[in-house]
Order: sequence, then C-alpha cells, then structure tokens
Amino acid sequence: MKSLLARHAPLADTAYQLTVLTQAEAEGAHLPSFAHKLQQSGLLPLLPTGLSVMQINVGKMCNQVCKHCHVDAGPDRTEIMTRATMQLCLDALARTDIATVDLTGGAPEMNPDFRWLVEQISALGRDIIVRCNLTIIVANKKYHDLPEFFARHRVRVVSSLPHFSAGRTDAQRGEGVFERSIRALQMLNAVGYGQEGSGLSLDLVYNPAGAFMPGSQAGLEREFKQRLGREYGIVFNNLLTITNLPVSRFLEYLLESGNYEGYMDKLVAAYNPVAAANVMCRSTLSIGWDGQLYDCDFNQMLDLTVASPVQHIRDFDEALLNARAIVINQHCYGCTAGAGSSCGGATT
Amino acid sequence: MSTYYNPADLAKFGNITEWQSEMGNKFFAYYAEVFKDGALTEREKSLIALAVAHAVQCPYCIDAYTSDSLQKGADEAQMMEAVHVAAAIKGGAALVHGVQMMNKAKELSM
Ligand code: SF4
Ligand code: SF4
Repeated sequence: MKSLLARHAPLADTAYQLTVLTQAEAEGAHLPSFAHKLQQSGLLPLLPTGLSVMQINVGKMCNQVCKHCHVDAGPDRTEIMTRATMQLCLDALARTDIATVDLTGGAPEMNPDFRWLVEQISALGRDIIVRCNLTIIVANKKYHDLPEFFARHRVRVVSSLPHFSAGRTDAQRGEGVFERSIRALQMLNAVGYGQEGSGLSLDLVYNPAGAFMPGSQAGLEREFKQRLGREYGIVFNNLLTITNLPVSRFLEYLLESGNYEGYMDKLVAAYNPVAAANVMCRSTLSIGWDGQLYDCDFNQMLDLTVASPVQHIRDFDEALLNARAIVINQHCYGCTAGAGSSCGGATT
Repeated sequence: MSTYYNPADLAKFGNITEWQSEMGNKFFAYYAEVFKDGALTEREKSLIALAVAHAVQCPYCIDAYTSDSLQKGADEAQMMEAVHVAAAIKGGAALVHGVQMMNKAKELSM
C-alpha cells in the first residue's frame, strides 16, 4: 500500500475530497448540511471556548501506511517540520498558559528534531502528549530507547491499537503490525508505562477497522484490558474510542468499498448536539508542518486553514484566534456522532 | 429486483409504533433495557443476538447484529463461533427429536 499522493490518486487533491463530501448535499440528496445541523443546535457559528491544547503535526512521514489514515502519511511523504518552525511554536507557547502540547504526525518520532522539541516543551513545564504508533519503537535500533526517553520527560503516550486480535489490527494497519505493537507495548510497560502508581500514562486508541462507529468506550476498555492482560500481560490506562472521519485514505476506503453513503447516513443519524457542543476544535489549535494554522488535524488534512487574520504560527495572537469562527464541513459529522469523538476519545 | 425482504426496511423498524404505539413503545423500551450492559457485557449480548438471528433466520437481525457485533468490538472468529453455537443448537434440536422418532417407531413396530 502506498499513500494517495504516491499513487497519484484523485483523492490526493483536497479540493476533490471536499467536492465528494459536499456533493450529496449539492444534489439535494438526503444528507443534510452539517452547518444546518449546528444551527438547529444553536451552535452556528461554531466558536472557540478558549485555547487549552496546542496540537503540532511535525510531519507526514510514517513507517506505516494504514488504510484509515486521514493524514495520507507513509514512508514516501517528505513534509517535515523544521527546527526553525518548531522554535516559532515554542515562542508562541511561552507567551500563553496552554497546558498541553499534543505531538502528532505521521510518526512524530521520525522528525529528526523530535527529541529536541520534546525537551524544549518539557523545559516550559507543559504536559506533552505523543501520538506514538507503537511500531516505530521496534522499527529501528535508534528508536528502541524511546520508552526511556518518554518516561524521562513524563510524556503521556497515546497509541493506536485498533483491536486486541491480530487479524482486525493488521487488516487496518498492515501485516505484522499487531505483533510489533505488542512488543512495543511490552517495552513501554517495562519502563513503567501504564503501571499503577508510576504516573506514566499509556492510553490506547481504538479506531473501528471498517465502516462502523465505535461501541461504548467503557465496554471496549474493559474488553481490551482483559484480553491484552490475559494474553500478553499488557497494562494500560485508558482506551479512547475515536470515530474515523471521511477524510483522505478512510474516505478512499469508504468510496471503494461502496460504504460511503451508508457510513455518512449512520453518522448523520447519530448526530448528538451534546457531542457537537464538545468538539475538540473549540479548545485546540492545530499547527501544520509548515507552521500554517488550522482548527484541527482533519481540517489540516483538507487544507481548510483557520478563518482568521492570523494564518501562521509566527503571527500567533491568542485573542485574535479566540475571536475566529471554526471552519466546518461535512466531515465534522464524525466528531458529533454518538458519544462524540476527539483526539481524547468520546466527548460525552 | 423486488423481494419480500428490503434492506431499507430495517431502518423503518421504529415505524411499527405507528399502528400500535403503546405496545410498540413498550417493546422498544424493553428491547433497549435488554441490551444494556449488565451481568453480560454489551458485546456478549450482541453475539447472543447474532446467534439467535441465525437461528430464527432473520436477515434484518443478521444485518443489524453483524454491524453491532463489530461495533461492540467482536472479531470475525467470535462472530463465526456464535453462528456455530446457533448451528449446533439447531442441529442438536433436530437430532434430539430423533429420540421421539425412535420411541414412536418402536411403539409401532413388532
Ligand atoms: S494512521 Fe498513524 S501510523 Fe498509520 S499511517 Fe497514519 S500516521 Fe502512520
Ligand atoms: S472535524 Fe475538526 S472542525 Fe470539524 S468538528 Fe471535528 S474537530 Fe471540529
């Protein structure tokens, strides 16, 4: 499997993705516009509630090529954040009291300045989340000490593991990913991650491996803890359930498997106004590898930049950004369906 | 193609309350209660429902509880084993009546 970009697939063009997403609405079909739904809930325009998370996407390079990836990440992607841009993020961060910095990618650890960035944020005393895909830890010798590095900086590790069975995990993330993920989890456990009283937090992310929504977060967490504990001796803190949004490679999967309309119908039918009020973009700022600003990582992958005079992290101005309206589109149904979905899992 | 079963009818299940709201609503309230997390987990209940759907041969339920089992975190092996449980019970139910057949045959035979 290659990225959409490497395959010159039409969906590599974000304008084309947006056309697909808005087509059903334009044709007067049954899919109501997300803006209309928000309006009925009294949430239009969607406004920020105050900035508490800075999410930095340090590049699209990844050692995996998962079928559901909304980033279209992979080994062939060369977009990567430079240390100079990282410094701009740090300068902005220092001028705020943003409590949490969420590092994502791609595989963020593949950015050559990744460790430097973690050290700098740590020095500023902010909480750090790293979205680690697990397999990177065992991919190459130079990454084997990542668990110790994370522990030293009290990084909160958040890792995708779509299922406790090898079959369902490998179907979504690639052959052999499950086995390598288990090894990486054991390495994280070995330095204290997920162990009671260690203060080192390890959360797993559950993404449905197909065209369906996640089940109850609490129920799945129990199941994951039981199975991973019994079969592999693995412990972790929380399971976060995340709904796949119809963006990039997951959108491609939906279209190619004939599931697009059925999936969108499901999301629309499950629209939850309480989840809509809690969407993560209201308290997050997302920064792209080139320093461009977005409301969230999904908008970033659709090239929907913030509706604000501040467009780049070098011009960061918290008050101005808090005065913006959040850019929404049909993919936002993914964040507001059922129990809601965010980078932190269910929102209700 | 027109058939007796239309997949789109599954989504209209709720409409049965139109012609008898009191009983319909009671059924749905009961239904919702049954599938809540309890002594059995939601996933276990979904797998039971999937097995029963095969036993009663309801295509709507097979459709609904295949999706639901996936959503509740079941994998292919668990789902197919549930179907085998249904098959074993159905097969066993047919076979155990063989004893009745044997009794009757013995009764009628010299
Ligand atoms: S989902 Fe994560 S691990 Fe998979 S290709 Fe995308 S960035 Fe990499
Ligand atoms: S997709 Fe992004 S902008 Fe849309 S609701 Fe979700 S977090 Fe907000």
